Amino acid sequence: MAKAPARKAAAPKQTASTPAPATNRESPRDPASYDASSEELEKFYREMLLIRRFEEKAGQLYGLGLIGGFCHLYIGQEAVAVGLQSALDGDKDSVITGYRDHGHMLAYGIDPKVIMAELTGRAAGISRGKGGSMHMFSVEHKFYGGHGIVGAQVSLGTGLAFAHKYRGDGGVAMAYFGDGASNQGQVYESFNMAELWKLPIIFVIENNQYAMGTSVNRSSAEDQLYRRGESFRIPGMQVDGMDVLAVRGAAEAALEWVRAGKGPVLMELKTYRYRGHSMSDPAKYRSREEVQAVRDKSDAIEHLKKLMIDAGITEDKLKDIDKEIRAIVADSADFAESAPEPELHELYTDVLVEQY
Amino acid sequence: MAIELKMPALSPTMEEGTLAKWLVKEGDTVKSGDILAEIETDKATMEFEAVDEGTIGQILIAEGTDNVKVGTVIATIKAEGDSDEAPTPAQAAAPEPKAEAPAPAPAASPAPAPAAEKPAATERASDPAIPEGTAMTKITVREALRDAMAEEMRKDDRVFVMGEEVAEYQGAYKVTQGLLDEFGAQRVVDTPITEYGFAGLGTGAAMGGLRPIIEFMTFNFAMQAIDHIINSAAKTNYMSGGQMRCPIVFRGPNGAAARVGAQHSQNYAPWYASVPGLIVIAPYDAADAKGLLKAAIRTEDPVVFLENELLYGRSFDVPEVEDFVLPIGKARIMREGRDVTIVSYSIGVGLALEAADQLAGEGIDAEVIDLRTLRPLDTVTVLASLKKTNHLVIVEEGWPTCSIASELAMVAMEHGFDDLDAPVMRVCNEDVPLPYAHNLEKLALIDTPRVVAAVKAVRNRA
Repeated sequence: MAKAPARKAAAPKQTASTPAPATNRESPRDPASYDASSEELEKFYREMLLIRRFEEKAGQLYGLGLIGGFCHLYIGQEAVAVGLQSALDGDKDSVITGYRDHGHMLAYGIDPKVIMAELTGRAAGISRGKGGSMHMFSVEHKFYGGHGIVGAQVSLGTGLAFAHKYRGDGGVAMAYFGDGASNQGQVYESFNMAELWKLPIIFVIENNQYAMGTSVNRSSAEDQLYRRGESFRIPGMQVDGMDVLAVRGAAEAALEWVRAGKGPVLMELKTYRYRGHSMSDPAKYRSREEVQAVRDKSDAIEHLKKLMIDAGITEDKLKDIDKEIRAIVADSADFAESAPEPELHELYTDVLVEQY
Repeated sequence: MAIELKMPALSPTMEEGTLAKWLVKEGDTVKSGDILAEIETDKATMEFEAVDEGTIGQILIAEGTDNVKVGTVIATIKAEGDSDEAPTPAQAAAPEPKAEAPAPAPAASPAPAPAAEKPAATERASDPAIPEGTAMTKITVREALRDAMAEEMRKDDRVFVMGEEVAEYQGAYKVTQGLLDEFGAQRVVDTPITEYGFAGLGTGAAMGGLRPIIEFMTFNFAMQAIDHIINSAAKTNYMSGGQMRCPIVFRGPNGAAARVGAQHSQNYAPWYASVPGLIVIAPYDAADAKGLLKAAIRTEDPVVFLENELLYGRSFDVPEVEDFVLPIGKARIMREGRDVTIVSYSIGVGLALEAADQLAGEGIDAEVIDLRTLRPLDTVTVLASLKKTNHLVIVEEGWPTCSIASELAMVAMEHGFDDLDAPVMRVCNEDVPLPYAHNLEKLALIDTPRVVAAVKAVRNRA
């Protein structure tokens, strides 16, 4: 599962029954693991740790009743958002995702305070308390949400890509969705148009193995999800989503392809969520041992930690970072708990932009 | 310092639960993510994970305890390096548990306060004055719509048209005729048959800064795409606290055409008009079609623009003025009268006007109002007319149940009750899927005699 090595598009899993389709079509180059400097390793570590600690704190605040409704945590999947978003050009590329969106926002450097304050439904939240966990946006960062309808972000993201191409601004759209969303019809409607019009978009399937309680094998006729674009001629890549350097390396190969005007790429990131689908999911569809095994053997943060130590970063330094991150998260929680709720008149604002 | 572990809320509705089982004991070392206990809610048994690292200090609630309130301290954890000091209320600044969390505002005030706090309506817009002597050109509704799009596309290069057969075929109903020649394939885009996909793509493009006009071959097909119209286009500005604009126009023919059966013959106006965050426009004549489509393309809000196939070929006068734009949200008095107010929109306006002509011959002076915009609804114009005539008939080519007619009847009840000399009447289609057979279809759809009869009926009740 999570340790599957990154594979290139033209060489899918070798099995006796399904040989790789013969093709002489051009495809993106084979991705290589990213050669990170120790500064970069440290940056990835900070971002991934921030996501994990932030999400743990969010889980805690949920337990205290400070966060309501649905709250989908990103714990376990940190390397995906951090690795991919580190490869984007923040000035021109755009990002869109589904409802499990806290991690992507943090990976974009958006202030944890305004994210946490949105989770607690406060006026200082990034959506002024009117969106909540699933509906957060930052147009300033070209982060377009934060969408609660499974799969909707794929068509919307294709529209962002259409806008990049229409304007000729050189930007690429990245649309994240899950293994569950990959069975929605609109995903394929979008694949078709994206390839037909050679739109600059990277479709990212975060395959965390479970669509709520239904495993990929129980829901998907083609469970090698990176092949889901083949009938649209969209090249696919399968990437170890628990290894931030593999993710970053694959993102660079994908971006090269897309920026060269060759149309979309479909990336499948094999990852795992440690928590339930949402806070109210008892996760009875998998064993505790299965979760523990991933945590023990494949944890993205532990993996990165080893790489850092190999690179000569000291345990003390790691501890300092841990402390720093804990302080940032504690501050964001304090802020989110003490910030005031929206004024009552806000009920009626932002329904429409103009007055009629 | 010891950290207090509190009974967690494990679902949006949980208030208390059973502490079924402890999986750790006092003195155990735990790290973030370890399962500490199993907690039973009314729905399921959930695992309770450690957030912090440390050693379990005291277990304060024994396993098997029922009805443990959310927020109760159930155990303490000593963090690394802690002494064995007595547990202190660790998070002094921590807020009260859920049960005492600030109640949602509406519940706090039983009085119907919100309505009073609604922002007051701004000054009412009105149609631009047409200077005396302005020349009028007779054009079809189809041409008026095309001209509106072409003018806006010349003015703003963010505007593009997308849909099935809009470019090379020149429009399934020829509404986009000539646009491909003038603006090229980048701005007049033929799509595959993929309504959900291109509605979402258009919405995303609007979020990304463009101004799409998305044509549905008919609004019946937009049912495949309604999720993006409602969930993506209409709600995002609100959900984002005003950050995410979605300036998009969804347009195409709506309502019954002729002999195309139930699946191709439905009026969706009430569906869209019920959704906050959308603008819904349904014009009748060519001038309104042109002036309102231009306004729809310009506004920052998402617009559902409902046309009517049977009106496309009808010709009306359109003033020859530069940049003819009409205000959204403003009804139009098509004919003034004293005795009864007939309110309609889209194709129903033609029937209402015919009925008014007939009624004039019988001594009844009817005022006819074309709503033009269905959301926001111009209740001011309707109520002012009702105040004058004291009789209201609503004419709608659509089903009666949960219709614009039923909405207007309620508006009259709430705000015009004292002005009513008779119950409001509505003339709507029969409450059945539209049949194919010529005689049955005719029977199902509204017509002028039914409008005349309804007006006479309300007058006789006076």
